[in-house]
Amino acid sequence: MASTSDIRDKLRQKRRAFQESLVRVRDDTQALVSMAMDVNRDSATEDLAGEEEPAETLRRSLKAQRQRRKKKLLEEMAVEESQTGAEEEEMEDGEEEEEEDVETSAVEEVSEVQSIQQSRGRSETEPETESEAAARSFTRSSRDLPPLPMSRPSSSISESSMRQRMREKLRAARSKAESLLQQEVPVEPASRLQSLRDRDTLTRFDRETEPELRHAPDGDSSEILGKVKFREAVRRVRIDAQREAGIPTAEEAYNFFTFNFDPEPEEEPSKRRKKRRPRSEQAEGGQEEEGEGEGEEEPEEQEREVEREPAREDDEEEEERDEEAALVRDGEEDLFLIEQSSQDFLEVRKAEYIGYNRRVQRESELLFTPSVRTVPASNKLPDNMQPRYLEEEGLYVGERPVVSLTNENILENRILRQDQATKWFGDDGRIIVLPDPIKESSTRPPLFHMEGDLDPSLQTVYRKAIKSKYAKRYMPGVGDTQGDYQLDVDVAGLIFSHHGLFSREHVLGARLAQLYDQHLSRQHKNLTRLLTDKLSGLRNTIRNMLELHGGQGLSEITQQRIAEYKQEVKITRQMRDAEQEKDRALLKNIVKVWKEIKALREFQRFTNTPFKLYLRREEVDRASDEREHEAEILAEVSELQAESWEDYEKKVTEYKQQNEEWKTWKKKQKAMKKKKKKKKKQQSQDEEEDEVEEESEEELGEEPTKPDPPEEPDLDAVERQVREKAARIRRKPGEPILVPELTASSNITPNEQCPRAEFGRRQDVLKRSLFVKVLYNDKEVSRTDSRALTADFRVHFGQIFNLKIINWPESIKLQVYETVGSSTTQLADVFVPVPEPSILTGSATSEQLEFSSNQRVTFNHEGVGSDVPFSFEADGSNRLTLLTSGKLSCCVSWAIGDDDIPLAPPMTHASAGINSGIMQMDAIACIGASGLNDMKKLGKWAAESRLDPNDPNNASIMQLLSVVSGGEVTVPDYFRLEQLQEEFNFLSDEELDRSRRFRLLRLRTQEVAEFRGYKFVPTLEREVFEKVFQDYEKRLRDGEIVDTKEHLDAHRALVAKYLQKVRESVVNRFLIAKHHFLLSDVVLEEEVPTIGVLGLNLFKLAEPKRPLKPRRKERKKVTAQNLSDGDIKLLLNIIRAYDIPIRKPQASKPSVASKSTRSVTETFTTGHSSQTAMQGTDWPFNQVLVRPFVEVTFQRTVLQTSTAEGPNPCWNEEILLSFSAPNGDYSTTSLQSVKDEVFINIFDEVVYEISEAERERERGGLYAHVERHWLGCVKIPFSTIYRQSRIDGTFKVEMPPVLLGYTKENHVVSDGGYDIVRNLTEGAFITLFITIEPQLVPGETIREKFDTEEDDRVLLASEFFEKDANKRFPDRPCLTTVIDINGKTVFITRYIRPLNPPQELLDASPNNPQETMELVARYVSLIPSLPDSVSFAGVCDLWSTCNQFLTLLAGDEEEHAVLLCNYFLSMGKKAWLIIGTAIPEGLTAYVLTYEQSRYLIWNPSNGQYYGQYDTFCPLQTIGCLINADNVWFNIQMYDAPMRISFDVTKSKFWKPFFSRAFSYPGLSSVQPEELVYRRTDKAAATELQDRIEKILREKIMEWRPRHPTRWNRYCSSTLRHFLPKLELSGGRDVAEEHRLELQSLLGEYRISGFPLHLPFSEIQPIIEAVYSTGVHKVEMSNVEFALAVYVHPYPNNVLSVWVYLASLIRTR
Amino acid sequence: MEWEHKLHILHLKVISIPLCSPEALLVPRKPRHRQFPEYDDLYCKYCFVYGHDWAPTSGLEEGISQITCKSRESHKLIWNFPLDITFKSTNPFGWPQIVVSVYGPDVFANDVVRGYGATHIPFTPGKHTRTIPMFVPESTTRLQKLTSWLMGRRPEFTDPKVVAQGEGREVTRVRSQGFVTLQFNIVTKDLKKLGYDTTPGSSEAPPITGLSGTDQPYTL
Repeated sequence: MASTSDIRDKLRQKRRAFQESLVRVRDDTQALVSMAMDVNRDSATEDLAGEEEPAETLRRSLKAQRQRRKKKLLEEMAVEESQTGAEEEEMEDGEEEEEEDVETSAVEEVSEVQSIQQSRGRSETEPETESEAAARSFTRSSRDLPPLPMSRPSSSISESSMRQRMREKLRAARSKAESLLQQEVPVEPASRLQSLRDRDTLTRFDRETEPELRHAPDGDSSEILGKVKFREAVRRVRIDAQREAGIPTAEEAYNFFTFNFDPEPEEEPSKRRKKRRPRSEQAEGGQEEEGEGEGEEEPEEQEREVEREPAREDDEEEEERDEEAALVRDGEEDLFLIEQSSQDFLEVRKAEYIGYNRRVQRESELLFTPSVRTVPASNKLPDNMQPRYLEEEGLYVGERPVVSLTNENILENRILRQDQATKWFGDDGRIIVLPDPIKESSTRPPLFHMEGDLDPSLQTVYRKAIKSKYAKRYMPGVGDTQGDYQLDVDVAGLIFSHHGLFSREHVLGARLAQLYDQHLSRQHKNLTRLLTDKLSGLRNTIRNMLELHGGQGLSEITQQRIAEYKQEVKITRQMRDAEQEKDRALLKNIVKVWKEIKALREFQRFTNTPFKLYLRREEVDRASDEREHEAEILAEVSELQAESWEDYEKKVTEYKQQNEEWKTWKKKQKAMKKKKKKKKKQQSQDEEEDEVEEESEEELGEEPTKPDPPEEPDLDAVERQVREKAARIRRKPGEPILVPELTASSNITPNEQCPRAEFGRRQDVLKRSLFVKVLYNDKEVSRTDSRALTADFRVHFGQIFNLKIINWPESIKLQVYETVGSSTTQLADVFVPVPEPSILTGSATSEQLEFSSNQRVTFNHEGVGSDVPFSFEADGSNRLTLLTSGKLSCCVSWAIGDDDIPLAPPMTHASAGINSGIMQMDAIACIGASGLNDMKKLGKWAAESRLDPNDPNNASIMQLLSVVSGGEVTVPDYFRLEQLQEEFNFLSDEELDRSRRFRLLRLRTQEVAEFRGYKFVPTLEREVFEKVFQDYEKRLRDGEIVDTKEHLDAHRALVAKYLQKVRESVVNRFLIAKHHFLLSDVVLEEEVPTIGVLGLNLFKLAEPKRPLKPRRKERKKVTAQNLSDGDIKLLLNIIRAYDIPIRKPQASKPSVASKSTRSVTETFTTGHSSQTAMQGTDWPFNQVLVRPFVEVTFQRTVLQTSTAEGPNPCWNEEILLSFSAPNGDYSTTSLQSVKDEVFINIFDEVVYEISEAERERERGGLYAHVERHWLGCVKIPFSTIYRQSRIDGTFKVEMPPVLLGYTKENHVVSDGGYDIVRNLTEGAFITLFITIEPQLVPGETIREKFDTEEDDRVLLASEFFEKDANKRFPDRPCLTTVIDINGKTVFITRYIRPLNPPQELLDASPNNPQETMELVARYVSLIPSLPDSVSFAGVCDLWSTCNQFLTLLAGDEEEHAVLLCNYFLSMGKKAWLIIGTAIPEGLTAYVLTYEQSRYLIWNPSNGQYYGQYDTFCPLQTIGCLINADNVWFNIQMYDAPMRISFDVTKSKFWKPFFSRAFSYPGLSSVQPEELVYRRTDKAAATELQDRIEKILREKIMEWRPRHPTRWNRYCSSTLRHFLPKLELSGGRDVAEEHRLELQSLLGEYRISGFPLHLPFSEIQPIIEAVYSTGVHKVEMSNVEFALAVYVHPYPNNVLSVWVYLASLIRTR
Repeated sequence: MEWEHKLHILHLKVISIPLCSPEALLVPRKPRHRQFPEYDDLYCKYCFVYGHDWAPTSGLEEGISQITCKSRESHKLIWNFPLDITFKSTNPFGWPQIVVSVYGPDVFANDVVRGYGATHIPFTPGKHTRTIPMFVPESTTRLQKLTSWLMGRRPEFTDPKVVAQGEGREVTRVRSQGFVTLQFNIVTKDLKKLGYDTTPGSSEAPPITGLSGTDQPYTL
């Protein structure tokens, strides 16, 4: 705490210092300002002296005074400085506050001196003066002057005396100050805590009072005056500065330096005011300017302010001030009266701003502001009266007008202040109010004037609202970047077809050109030919139809059709004839015009146009031409004849009919007439009869004309006509075809040779020029350059205008103007259609737009003029009137932006009102999208109108109709998604299936295992070979047919198949889940740090840096995505091994000691000693006990360490193996499914001397032969390494039970009895460190939420339990729920249930429970192990039930553990499942049993068991214990089995899942009640045995391709006999016997070999295991091999496989 | 006998992709904050993403550019970083894409990502300029945004190649952050031989016709 108080003190000091400095700074500025003012005053007077006339008298004395005063001032400073210095010296033990003040004052003085100099210079540079100011300052200074000279005895001589005086003064002042401070003390802390402003006043107060107090006892009035003046000035300025608190404006700055901020003494202002006013008026007179007004007002304000000043200060301060004021007042009053001038009372200052608060304060004194608070009712009512509410009493009370509560309150408050306040209030305590005066309805009488009465100009007329015309014009989004629309108007040029300046020849020329154009276009269309073809086609059709039917049996329809066709033929023929006629006429015309031109040229003797017509003759074959011609004519004639015959026949029938009618009519008439006559005779007078007659007349109707019998057609005449016509419209047969060709090759007569009139015309032409204005929406936007009219009346502009538009395009108009000299006339307007949005620059074609002008132009030269009749004939007949006309070639299109985006407005908007040129021409475009909907109608129309499908004009319609599938033209009334899908199918489905390439591509996309990541799918079909699919197809086939051969066992094959299916379904599930992404998969984001982490980090920052202390850094984890081959390395550090078997001397006699029976109590040490004894006996014979080295095999890469010596070798070597993933796929899934194992084999390097004979043969090259003998191996699956990323520990080396030629150094054997704890188990150990470089991120378990049948409560609790456990002990695994094989979440205790082991096992040794247990464990371990993570890549652990496990005969550690645990439970043991971590498995499950007050830990995978205190127990941590009823989580401090207590009843050590709070709900087990075992077929086992042996034999021979492999049958059979014994003994304790047995049998051989023991799953692992031992690698020529296989069947097809492998080398 | 598999291979050669030349610009989101020290001293990382049927035959698949600073006038960052790469392929499927990620120091001089962007390498031979919009993943919460800003660990994509794919992108939230301009010079070989015609079609836009619409032989 001491330190904190120290700090606090320091802080306090610092703060004080800071305050000090603040004050100091402020003082500095104050001093500067005040001094500057003084100096200013001086300079003002100085300047004034030069200028002012009336003041001249004063000036001289003033100068002297001033100089004197200046000197004095300086001196004063000096004195004061020294004085303060002295003060400082003296005040050693003074109070801090005082010290501060003194310091500040000292500083103040110094700075004053400096500022004098500064401001002097400044004032000299700014010599502007105001006379008024000068005058005032003059008077002021004169007033000031007198005391100064006497105030100080001059300078240094009197310094000491001065000091003394000052000291005295100081003492007095201090005592005074002390007393003051004592008063102050209680207040001060509070004010300190207040705002800075308060502090300011405080310090100022100190400063102000202090020096004055110092002087006070002295009584030196002059000094006081000076001081006071300064203070005042300073204060004033400071207030100003505070107010403005910013940089002064120019004006302010100016005022600052020119104005005199003279202080006003604080004294009876009223008195002074009275005095001053008349005086100031006297003195200034006219000289006073506007400033005076200010000056007059200001004093008042200032005085008020001065008055107010003390009010603002604290009370204390006020007291102080009073004292001070009293002092000052006396002195000053005297002084003031001595010298007074009018200037004294006048002051010109700038308007002062009064702060709001202050104003409010001031106003509050004068004004009354009613409160807004609600007035209590009691105030408003007469005393002792309760408010009475009339309303409640049922009286009517009008509605009160709405007045806001605040206003009401204000009013009430105000009223209350008045006398008789209560009379304003009603009984209810509210202000008496009239009811709301506002009426609901209008009281104003309505206007009933009729409209007619109104002035007509005032009448209103209703008009419908009109949308502004311009509103729509603007395009949306203009101004944005995207809304940039641009029209490109390309004005290419124009050509006149007639112009006033045309000469006659030009007129003809234009006509010729026009005709020729026509001719060309006709030729281009070639309608004649088309129609001719059509005609012949129709004729052929008719002929065919007739022929087909043989002229008979024509059906009605056919006849109808023929008739139709005939009709069509007729029409077509007529059309063709017309066309032909036109063609011919055109040709004739061309020739005629050309002739006219020629004649004209001849006539006028000059040529104006360059036209020249050539007629090209195309000779034809006369004979064929004639034939055709004739045939044509004949055909036509026959048709016509037929037609006319038909016509005739029709007419005849008609005639007959009519005739018939006529005849009947005639008869009737006759009859009627007769009747009539009769009637007339009978009743002639009767009028009615007339009517009847009339009626009858009417009935009969008018008399039909008697039909003329039709003339028989004159066939000859028809033919004649046809021929005539042919002659007229067709080329005569044999006549050459004339093809006109117009060229512009003729020469134009030069100007000189022309007659005058023509010359004039030409000159006129030259004068003309044309330009085109571009008008957009009737506004001129631009115009082309003016171009001269050429002699051929063409103008080329070739200009493109880019119009950036914001209005909708309504019209685009081009105006053609002609300029002659200076006059410009408009020739014509040309309207250009607004283009479709699809018409873009670059793709748009230019259009020819015709224009004409009706201007009348006449010339007096050759020009024909416009709208003027003229004639080509000499006699003036045949007059022509031509108008100026021409074609303008232009093109309007939408521009394309830089980025290929058309700058066109959106389609929908634009197309509404625009008539595009294209629309007018294209029928289909006109129909538009809406028309297409009515396809049916269109089709009907097309059928009715018999559109010619060959006609190019109809092409678009025909196409449209053909799209709509010909016959049935129906608009589907359903909606089809992807209706164009078929269009985009680039292959038919069949083809897609057939194509190997596509199949390959598809399989790859489906991520089929074989094709996942398949590279370089060939481009061409033929390059994809069937071979690619072989494996895949094989696998597919295998799915169906079980390959019994490979599996050796039908049952296993079935199991494998089942497993495969399960795997597939799970993998599919997983694949789906894999494509679900979470944010964390895609985005890497820092978690929000918790407070703890932040605190820790902060703490770390404060930590001292220790560069020499090494820190462990986390390795960087690499995601599997960006990896490629060779990136991943497997790092193996082989450190050392223990208890490697040692070689046995060849000739050593059987050692009985080796099979030492050890008593229960025998300790390790004695055992060891016995061993050493034995070793000692062996040692002399063998130089080296063993020379082991380690060989690591991974993915067929083999690396080995150097050779070490002895049974406890130390290698400490690092081995780097590169890892390559299957298919180069480094994804997490792929890596997880890597099944490769790392084999760490220990070999003994044996060097044999080579026998003499061999040595000779080798010619001394080789003296020793190196042999390697396999001793044992450790297998670590890659998946384990991948999952754990780091494996570090000592592993038990899997060693064969028997190693021929080797013996264990320490053979500690336990023979029976639980009490023997094998604290040093037999077997060798190897210390390894394995990791993957770089570190890979292990795949996460699937996040899918699984189905479950568990209770929600249990699930919730388990989740909580696991989370809690994880939080407390993150390293300890905790498992409460697992996933069963169906993918459902199951609570773990459901798996534990006592289950019966096979009876055979129980029967094996009924008396020895321990042996039974071992046997059971062995049985369980014989079930092959298959890690889930391999089979179900990336998927979490799947737990199968025991019967599933036994059926599948494959499972992970947990299945083994569960089964073992259940067996133990059924055997009546106390057993638990341990969830923990072990090496090398990682997270695993073990079994714990409680036997004879000891806990045993069973490894279910290999049947080994360990005591709790076994050092070599692979189980490293224990997370939780599980039995059928509960789960206990380990909450002890340690988790190693050795250091924990297994007493689950202790809640201090174990946290139960089901506790009293959450009781066990009685979960039913998922396990079956009983396991049923099948007896294994012994015969099948034997069969399998033979097969394995055969296969292995073949394999070994295969692995030795260069050497002959000899088999020693005798040895093999011996070994075979031996294997069952091994099985029975569980692989123990038989080595010696066995060796001896072998030795005796095969004395002359050097045998090295061993039995291998494996659980049987498939043949492949057996082969691998055999291969890894490397027995086959012996390359001696005389080597022989022995191989024996034994398969021991256990119930339920659990097979134990023994392979005995030995190599024999004949020693002799 | 050895089974010989001869493949037709398309070749694509990207002669150079000067990142952002001539005016590579990573325009700050708020142009008015130009004077802000953000968005300066940036550098690019690039990598190519391509299908199974593609393989680079020369050139670097991944790389990093120099650090570039804004000039006083233009406020653009110009890398002008050329890179050459040649691909071969048997199948246009999985046409290569270039993924560009821009990094730069933030206020506390932590290297943070400033943008990811990807674009296909143009199909047609010739010179192309592509401006690709850049974006960065957003923080999930405001608090995280603050802490990430403080700690200089902005959210990043686990793998920049993610931006060249669609899978998994739906879970992200990104914010736009300027543009990078790339210029490609592409050479292809044997594309046409295999039936892939990537060159643009015959030039449209017939030349603007003369004065008279019909082709009159006498117009000169």
